Amino acid sequence: MKQLKTNNVMLHTLVRIVSFVVLAFSIYLFFAGHNNPGGGFIGGLMTAAAFVLLYLSFNMKTLKKALPFNFDLLIGGGLLIAFLTGVTSMLFGFPFLTQFFEYVQIPFMGEVELTTALPFDLGVYLVVLGAALTIILTIAEDDK
Amino acid sequence: MTALHWVTVSPFLLAILIPIIYKYTKRIHTGWFVLPLPLILFIFLISNLPDISNGDVMHYSMPWVPSLGINFDVYLDGLSMLFALLITGIGTLVILYSIYYLSKNSEKLNQFYVYILMFMGAMLGVVMSDNLIVLYVFWEVTSVSSSLLISYWYQREKSIQGALKSMYITVFGGLSMLGGFSLIYVMAGSFSIREIIANVDLVTTSSLFVPAMLLILLGAFTKSAQFPFHIWLPDAMEAPTPVSAYLHSATMVKAGIYLIARLTPVFGGSPEWFWIVSVAGLVTLLWGSVSAVRQKDLKSILAFSTISQLGLIVTLLGIGSAAIYFDGVPDELYYTAIMAAVFHLINHATFKGSLFMTAGIIDHETGTRDIRKLGGLMTIMPITFTISLVGLLSMAGIPPFNGFLSKELFFTGTLNVMNYEMIDLSTWGIIFPVVAVIASIFTFLYCAILFFKTFTGKFKPENYDVKVHEAPVGMLISPAILGALVIIFGLFPNILSYTIIHPVMTSILPNITEQIEVNFSLWHGFNTELFMTFIVIAVGALLYVLMKKWSQTQFYLNERDPFNNLYDHGYNGLIKGSQAITRVQMTGLLRDYFVYMYTFIILLAGYTMFRSDAFAVDTVNVSEISPYMWALSVVFILATLAVPFINNRITVIVVVGVIGFMMALFFVQFRATDLALTQLLIESVQVVLFMLVFMHLPKLKKEVFKPGFSLVNMGISIAVGAFVTIMALSAFAMGSEAGFDTIAEYFIANSKELAGGYNIVNVVLVDFRGLDTLLEILVLAIAALGVVSLIKLRFTGREDV
Repeated sequence: MKQLKTNNVMLHTLVRIVSFVVLAFSIYLFFAGHNNPGGGFIGGLMTAAAFVLLYLSFNMKTLKKALPFNFDLLIGGGLLIAFLTGVTSMLFGFPFLTQFFEYVQIPFMGEVELTTALPFDLGVYLVVLGAALTIILTIAEDDK
Repeated sequence: MTALHWVTVSPFLLAILIPIIYKYTKRIHTGWFVLPLPLILFIFLISNLPDISNGDVMHYSMPWVPSLGINFDVYLDGLSMLFALLITGIGTLVILYSIYYLSKNSEKLNQFYVYILMFMGAMLGVVMSDNLIVLYVFWEVTSVSSSLLISYWYQREKSIQGALKSMYITVFGGLSMLGGFSLIYVMAGSFSIREIIANVDLVTTSSLFVPAMLLILLGAFTKSAQFPFHIWLPDAMEAPTPVSAYLHSATMVKAGIYLIARLTPVFGGSPEWFWIVSVAGLVTLLWGSVSAVRQKDLKSILAFSTISQLGLIVTLLGIGSAAIYFDGVPDELYYTAIMAAVFHLINHATFKGSLFMTAGIIDHETGTRDIRKLGGLMTIMPITFTISLVGLLSMAGIPPFNGFLSKELFFTGTLNVMNYEMIDLSTWGIIFPVVAVIASIFTFLYCAILFFKTFTGKFKPENYDVKVHEAPVGMLISPAILGALVIIFGLFPNILSYTIIHPVMTSILPNITEQIEVNFSLWHGFNTELFMTFIVIAVGALLYVLMKKWSQTQFYLNERDPFNNLYDHGYNGLIKGSQAITRVQMTGLLRDYFVYMYTFIILLAGYTMFRSDAFAVDTVNVSEISPYMWALSVVFILATLAVPFINNRITVIVVVGVIGFMMALFFVQFRATDLALTQLLIESVQVVLFMLVFMHLPKLKKEVFKPGFSLVNMGISIAVGAFVTIMALSAFAMGSEAGFDTIAEYFIANSKELAGGYNIVNVVLVDFRGLDTLLEILVLAIAALGVVSLIKLRFTGREDV
C-alpha cells in the first residue's frame, strides 16, 4: 500500500509568506544593531530560524533546492570577514580590531552612519547562521 | 680533567666503543679488548700507592654544577685507594675469567661488557668522588648497571625477578640516602665530604643529625645487603658467575661499607651510630651464617656467606666508631675493630672472589650447582679443588690463611666491647663475642658443607649431563691468583699493614692518626681469641658430623629465607592494595566523579569562607521588587523544582523550555532587550535540537524514564545551591561595602562619542570588546564542525580506532 502523503496546504501557504517576514525582520535586526536592539548574533539566529521554519514545513530536499548554499562555507567566510576587519586596522598602524565610523549624507537616505563594526557584525551574522543551520540540519539529516 | 678524572671516566668511554668493536671483530672474544683497561688502571693506581702510604692525598676538582655546590671532585686517600684497587684488580681478574666463561658464539658479549664497564666506572666514581651528589649519581648508576647484569639472561623468569628485586631495594635505599645527603647539606652547607668532616661540629650539634644518619644508613644497609634488606642478594645469583664474583662479593655490596667507613668521621662517636651499625651488623652476621647452612645451591651458600661476612665488617665498623667517642684516648682497645674491618674487607674480597669463580667453574663443567648432586670432584678437578680448599679454609678461619687472622682480630674487637666505658657495655657487651662465636660456628659449618659435599664422596657420573673434566687453564688463572693472595696475605699480613691498612684507618679515624699501630702476627700466643677459635672448630666439626640427624628437620629442608615471603606478600599486597584503592574511587561512573568534584568544591571554598569569616548579608542596597518579578520568580522556581520529578522526557524538554522563556522574561524585566531576544531565539533553537536528539534515542531502550532518588545526591545539590546563594549574598555585601564605581559609566558616556552607536550592548560586543566576540564565533564554528564530524564522519564499526 502506498503511504499517504499529507498535503499541508495551509502550512505551506503560511510559511511561504511568514518566512519572508521573518527574513526581512532578521535583516532589519542585523542592520539596526548599532543603535537599536539587534545585531549580528540575533540577526543570524533569526535568519536561521526562518530556514528552520522552511525545513519543518517542507523537507530537506526542497530546502536544499531553494537554498543551494553550502552552510559550512558561511562559517569559514564569516570568520574570515571578522578577522580581516581586525587585521585591516593593523595595516594602518592601529591595534588589532580598532573600529572606525563616519556619518555621511547619502541622497534619499539622509544621514547614514558607515562603520567598520558593520563588516565585523556581518562576520558574526554569517558564522551564527552557518553554525546554527549546520548543527540543526546535520542532526536532522542523520535520519537513516 | 686530571688523570684521576680519566680513571673514573675511561670505563664509560670504553663502554661506548664496545658495540662498535664487537660488531667488527666477531672472531675475537670482546673481553680481550676490555681486559687492558682495568689492568692499566690498576697499575696506575698501584704506582700511586707509595704516596698514599706516606699519608698524602690526591684531590682534584672539576666544576659540574658550581651554582649548586656540585663539583666533580675526585679525592684519593687510603680508603678510596683500597676500594679502587679492589675494583680494578678484581675487575681485571673477573674480565679475564669471563673471557673463558662466556662463549663468544652464543652470548651477547657486547651487552655484557658494556654493562660491566658501566658498573666499573660507576664504582670507581663512588669511591673516588668527594662530592656527595656526584657520589649519589654514581651510586645509582651502580644500581642500574647491576640490575642489567643480573638480568643478563633476560629470557629467564628468575633473572628478571632477581633484577627487579635488587633494583627496588637498592633504589629505595639510594633515594633515602639522597634525602640524608640533602639533610647534611642543610646542616653543613656543603656537599664536599672533606669540608663536612672539617666542620663536623655543625653536623653533630644539629637536630637533623639523627634523621640524616638514619637515611644514609638505610642507603648503606640496602646496598650492602644488611638485615633485613639482604634478601635481594641470594636472588641476584641468577646473574652470570663473573658478575656474582665481581658485584656480589668484591665491589658493589661493599659500596655500603665504603659509605659507612667514609662517613664514620661525621657520624661516628655518637651512641646511636655505634648501636645501629654494630647491632645491624651482628644480626646480619648471625642471620647470614645460619641461612647459608640451609642452602643447597653453591652460589646461594656463597651469597648468604657474603651477607654474613658483610655483617661482620659492619659490626667491626660500628664497634670501631667508639674510637671517636673516646676521642683523645690513643688506646688500641678502640681502634683494633677498625683495623680488623679493613683487613677482613681485603681478605673477604680475595677469598670470596676465588670461591665464586670456582663455583662458576664447577657449574660450567658439571652443569649443576646443587650440592645434593655434586660429589667426588676432588680427583677430577684437582686445581679447582685446591683453590676452593684454600678459599674455604680462609673463610672458615683456619690458620695459616688470612681469614684466620681477620677472625682473630674480629674476636679481639668484640671482646674489647666488654671493656668499653659506655652505657651498660660492661654487662650487655658480652652479647658481641657470644654472637661472634655462634656465627663463626655456622660459618665453619657451611664451609665444611661446601667442601665435603662438593669434592669428597663418590663421583656419580649419572648425576651430570656432560662429561666432567677440569676447566681450561684460562678460567683457572683468576681464581688461582686470588687464592695465591689468600695465602700471601695469610703468611705475610704485614705487607699490607703500612702500605694500605694504615692509610685507610687514617681516613676512617682522621683525628687519632699518629698513635695507630698496625701490626699483625700469625701467632699471638694462647689467649681468649684462640680458645674461641678452638670452640668454633670443635663445635662446627661436631655439627657437621651430626649433619645426618639435623638435615631431616624442617630447618634444613625449608631453605627459603622467611623474609622473602614477607617481601613477596608486601609486594603483592602493595599491588592489590593500590588496585583496591583505585577501584574504590575510580568507579567509571560520571555521577560519582561529579559527587567528588562538588563535594570538594563545597568543602574547599566553604572552609575558606569560614576561615576568613566572609559570610555577610547586606540589605541596604537592595532594589525594590516589583509584582511582576514575584510572579515570574514563582513560575520560574516551580518549573525548576518540577524538573526532577517528571517521568517523561518530552515533558522535561518542554519544562526546560518554559524555564528558558522565563529567563527571557527576566531579561525583559531587567531591561536587557538584546539578551531577551537572544535568549528567546536560542531557547527555541535549543528545544528544536532537544526534540531532534530525542527522536534519535535508540528504540531498544525506550523504557520509561524514572529519575532515581538518592539522599546523598539531594544533600549535595542542596549544599551546592545553598553555598552558591550564600556566596552570592556575601559577594554582593562585600561589593557594596568596597564602594568601587562600575566601569559601565565609561561605556554609557563614550558609546556614541567613541564608537558611534547608541546600542551600548552591541557597541561593547563589536567595538570595545570585539576580541571576545571574535573568539566566541570561533567557538560556535568549532562546535558546528564538531557536530558535523561526530555525525557525518563517525565510524561504521569496522575501523580500528
